[in-house]
Amino acid sequence: MSLLDVKRLSVNYGVIKALKGISFHVEKGEIVALIGANGAGKTTILHTLSGLIKPADGQIMYNDTDLVHTPGHKIVSLGMAHVPEGRRVFADMTVLQNLKMGAYTRNDAAEFQSTLEMVYKRFPRLEERKNQLSGTLSGGEQQMLAMGRALMSHPDIILMDEPSMGLSPIFVNEIFSIIEDVNKDGVTVLLVEQNAKKALTIADRAYVLETGSIVKEGIADELLSDESIRKAYLGE
Amino acid sequence: MSFLTYLINGLSLGSIYAIIALGYTMVYGIAKMLNFAHGDFIMVGCYVIFTICSTLSGNTFVGIIAAIIICTLLGVTTERIAYRPLRGAASPLAVLITAIGVSYFLENLALLIFGADIKSFSSVVKWNGVTLGDGSLRIQGVTIVTIAVSIVILIALQLFIHKTKEGQAMLAVAEDRGAATLMGINVNKTITLTFAIGSALAAVAGALLCSAYPSLSPYTGAMPGIKAFVAAVLGGIGSIPGAMIGGLVLGIIEILSKTYISSQLSDAIVFGILVVVLLVKPTGILGKKIQEKV
Repeated sequence: MSLLDVKRLSVNYGVIKALKGISFHVEKGEIVALIGANGAGKTTILHTLSGLIKPADGQIMYNDTDLVHTPGHKIVSLGMAHVPEGRRVFADMTVLQNLKMGAYTRNDAAEFQSTLEMVYKRFPRLEERKNQLSGTLSGGEQQMLAMGRALMSHPDIILMDEPSMGLSPIFVNEIFSIIEDVNKDGVTVLLVEQNAKKALTIADRAYVLETGSIVKEGIADELLSDESIRKAYLGE
Repeated sequence: MSFLTYLINGLSLGSIYAIIALGYTMVYGIAKMLNFAHGDFIMVGCYVIFTICSTLSGNTFVGIIAAIIICTLLGVTTERIAYRPLRGAASPLAVLITAIGVSYFLENLALLIFGADIKSFSSVVKWNGVTLGDGSLRIQGVTIVTIAVSIVILIALQLFIHKTKEGQAMLAVAEDRGAATLMGINVNKTITLTFAIGSALAAVAGALLCSAYPSLSPYTGAMPGIKAFVAAVLGGIGSIPGAMIGGLVLGIIEILSKTYISSQLSDAIVFGILVVVLLVKPTGILGKKIQEKV
């Protein structure tokens, strides 16, 4: 059984059909990429998985739970964390307070401490700046904080929305290598990216979205050498 | 010495505005709405105390606790049945107009139950106060208690918000509801808690207000409510220390302008200040710069 199994998912914004009955699945331990142009519906998929948007139709099975009927705030405690587009760190809170918010659903002080150390080890810069207001961090540091915050909830799967957006190439490489590390530690990753080349390089499988529908799916390496994908998304 | 007396009276009145403004500002900051019925919650609290203490000759302490409980329930219920269904409505005006409707409803309900005649409210503070410096400076008990209570409330609120998980959740919801939901924070529950705290504060403010100015009518809360709103805007709406500072400044200005300029003009001066603040520094004394999202 898949860790995440999405069937015929449809989402409407008023009269606009953002997702037109898409189906995909994510297996435990995978990195799965969703690629596609702006407005294809990638972020909408993640928002629907996390319960921020309710779908018009379809089914989202995560382990044995139907997420369509689970309120948004209960989803993180099921083991699904979400690093949203644009980071959305709490700018008026310090780095440490943000990380505490990430562990909002965890109530074990000892576990919190050890998770915090794990996150600091992965992102030493966050420890250096733990008492700094998050709004004063650079974009790359905020991305690290958003990822660290998600890791604080002990997720089984992380949804990552455009982690490379607006970052310098050095940060992009760093963020992607951290995603691979996190995955190696056993966390499944569903990655949404406009930087298709980067995403396909680290992913196991990928789905290509166009205006609310999945138009192609396959092994990431194969998609990377696919002529039409190269033309449409890799700029070659 | 008389200037000092007026200043202390101003501080006392300002403390009451501050406690009311705290309710306004918290609800605005976290639920992103102006609860224009907030002033009327004060009036409801006063009638509860009046009924228990004067009509049923009950204990003052019991009266205050009952007022706090009833106002808390009133705030939570109002949010649940009148405001929550409109959250996410197409226009933010919908909930604003509803709040004005709730305000009229409460005022007219009080009119129906208690009548239009002004009731004489007996102070909840029985202490006469102190006389300082060979009898030239008299400070009333209620004045001292009001200032002390507002300081305790401010400290308690700051501790609650910065030291507890629920308080931090409030800050998170205030900043980004979606991101707060992703953390596992129940936004609806957090907003309910905010209304509960704001309304409980309204009851406390009511007890102090009617003790200092002992006439109670269905419209008792309306004017202080609006002035506290001005105080919240003056201090920077959404900011807790801002509400405190705004309230104190407003109270002092009101008392001093009543004393030295004209008691008829004092309200005009208070609202004139709102106009000036909105022109010069629209975000208020401690308000944040409103950042455009990139």
